[in-house]
Amino acid sequence: MKYMSEYRDPELAKQYLEEIKRTVTKPWSIMEVCGGQTHSLVKNGIIEMLPKEVTMIHGPGCPVCVTPLRLIDKAIHLAQQKNVILCSFGDMLRVPGSEKSLLEAKAEGGDIRILYSPLEAVKIAEENPNKEVVFFAVGFETTAPANALSVIHAHRKNLKNYSILASHVLVPPAIKAVINDDESKIDGFLAAGHVCTIMGNSEYYPIANKHNVPIVVTGFEPLDVLQGILMVIRQLENKENKVENQYARIVREEGNPNAQQIIFDVFQTQNQTWRGIGEIPESGYGIKEKYKDFDAIKKFDITIKEAPENPDCISGLIMKGIKKPFECVQFGKKCKPTSPIGAPMVSSEGACAAYYHFSGLIEA
Amino acid sequence: MYQSDKIKMQLQCPMPKLDFDVITLGHGSGGILTNKLLDSGVFNILSNPILDERHDGAFINLESKTAFSTDSFLVSPIFFPGGNIGELAINGTVNDLAMCGAIPKHLSLSFIIEEGLKMSEFWEILVSIKFACEKSGVQIVTGDTKVVEKGKGDKIFINTSGIGSIHPKANINAKNINIGDKIILSGNIASHGMAIMSVREGLEFESQIQSDTINLNHTIINLIEKFGSDIHLVTDPTRGGVATVLNEIAKQINLGIEIFQKDFPIEQQVASACELLGLDPLYVANEGLFLSFVSENIAENLLQELQNDENGINAKIIGSVVKNHPKQVVLESNIGGKRVVSMLPGEQLPRIC
Repeated sequence: MKYMSEYRDPELAKQYLEEIKRTVTKPWSIMEVCGGQTHSLVKNGIIEMLPKEVTMIHGPGCPVCVTPLRLIDKAIHLAQQKNVILCSFGDMLRVPGSEKSLLEAKAEGGDIRILYSPLEAVKIAEENPNKEVVFFAVGFETTAPANALSVIHAHRKNLKNYSILASHVLVPPAIKAVINDDESKIDGFLAAGHVCTIMGNSEYYPIANKHNVPIVVTGFEPLDVLQGILMVIRQLENKENKVENQYARIVREEGNPNAQQIIFDVFQTQNQTWRGIGEIPESGYGIKEKYKDFDAIKKFDITIKEAPENPDCISGLIMKGIKKPFECVQFGKKCKPTSPIGAPMVSSEGACAAYYHFSGLIEA
Repeated sequence: MYQSDKIKMQLQCPMPKLDFDVITLGHGSGGILTNKLLDSGVFNILSNPILDERHDGAFINLESKTAFSTDSFLVSPIFFPGGNIGELAINGTVNDLAMCGAIPKHLSLSFIIEEGLKMSEFWEILVSIKFACEKSGVQIVTGDTKVVEKGKGDKIFINTSGIGSIHPKANINAKNINIGDKIILSGNIASHGMAIMSVREGLEFESQIQSDTINLNHTIINLIEKFGSDIHLVTDPTRGGVATVLNEIAKQINLGIEIFQKDFPIEQQVASACELLGLDPLYVANEGLFLSFVSENIAENLLQELQNDENGINAKIIGSVVKNHPKQVVLESNIGGKRVVSMLPGEQLPRIC
């Protein structure tokens, strides 16, 4: 496979780091919006290699972290029904609901299947006409086309037993929410490369302009991330606020119009609750009326009472960059990867889990 | 096992004509059906003087300090590229004994079969067991067969236990590990786990990923013969992969372990498959692989010796034992960054995107 080593070249990485060191003259806080970038920063040990002037803030782009508690509880509730097969991406399974996680529901006998593509769920629905198959459609703009396509396929095949439990969140409104928070002190952003692969770059120009922040659309390989950071720092040092595209080998200015068409055939934007952050206007996708039969929330009468978040969890403040994970009183104490009280401690993309492993804490 | 060996073994051991095609509850009842199954299958194909005694247990003379190990095997699917559950069950216990510095000799073999297993599949598993035993030089000396109702098992579960006498030159103990010890990995990582995963997920790659299941006892005994007590620890990173085993050792010895990503041997297509599935190969299971902690002064010689062995062609020194960061495994990434490689809280789950 190409691209396995080209963007991991140690010599080039060294050159980027030296260039970052040469360029930076004062402290800057840069938010990598996407959890995939957080993962890359941690996996490759980049954070420690950066000069002390550069602080990376792990943003809210971790779908596992921001899926509302209530929706996870709904997914668990559905999974516990005898006639339901609940399908999900793998890393949603360990996220704590108010009482348990999907992994625990699975251990108790729930038919929960880990899939790589929602289209597999459609196949499962075809093969199990007597079961209701629900796909837990979580993610940002990146996973939206495939999730929408599964609905279109099921519709074409006239499947009556397929639906999705959708929790789609959008990056640009989240960036705005972070900037608009009075306490937030982010100087520049690495925008999520794969989100822009689908949606293009146009949504970021007004944000960069209005709020006077540089935004660099960035990829996920170590050299991508390093180059993205360098591009943001160059702009900051030159007092610029442009939208730049580091990930031009994948991201086209207009994005992927076909994928967008599929998204907007099925979804419409709506206000969305983000776990830990709260409601952000126009920041999510809901299923359009014409596909309402495929909307699990409408299809099933799921009445579960609203459960409060664990009050000790400060995930919202962490994802907005206002607090660092180790400033949380429960960090490494009650809240650990094996017993997370908040979602960012679960996923390898989550800021708390990243800090936990990084800080060298050892779980007994 | 190589493909040519497999064809040879099929020809050598044709399935006997039986009046049943699938295994039923009756085959585990202890009655006529059980006897038929054992006579025509297990006893016949695995025959040796100790097993042929057919007593409640085996009579064995222990000559020296002895290692004893047990393992259960519940892989799904039971047939996978590069092997099946039968040879896995033999190699697994043989290798565990070898990791103790023992020469594996006698194994027990127990089946828990779900009714409905095809007799032809059971036969193929038995034949693989026979050949795996021959290759590693062990005998099945006692065993058991139980059958459970449909839905209460997953085709077939196998338990093997084994004993072997410790090689006189072996002194395998984590306590012998010192600062400066080199860590040698005997071959490519993650092949077994990804072979299983690719079949389970129905994923097709350009060429098939093969499991690395193999017996390692001859390889390890040869190293012990040559390097004796300079080999401080050998261990096989099966479940949980290399990362998990290294973490366990770091905690046990209260020293740090330093590893280098660039030195990790991994087959290109296995690496690609891991990327594609969002899995970290460091946590993926291995079968025919071992890690050794050895004195720094013999590390290069041992590596050369190992690379001349058919089971160590891709062997590499992947790191060393250090004084810093006790109880922690720290990896230097390809680009030179450092991170702590911790134990996973549970099973490795694929990431969303």
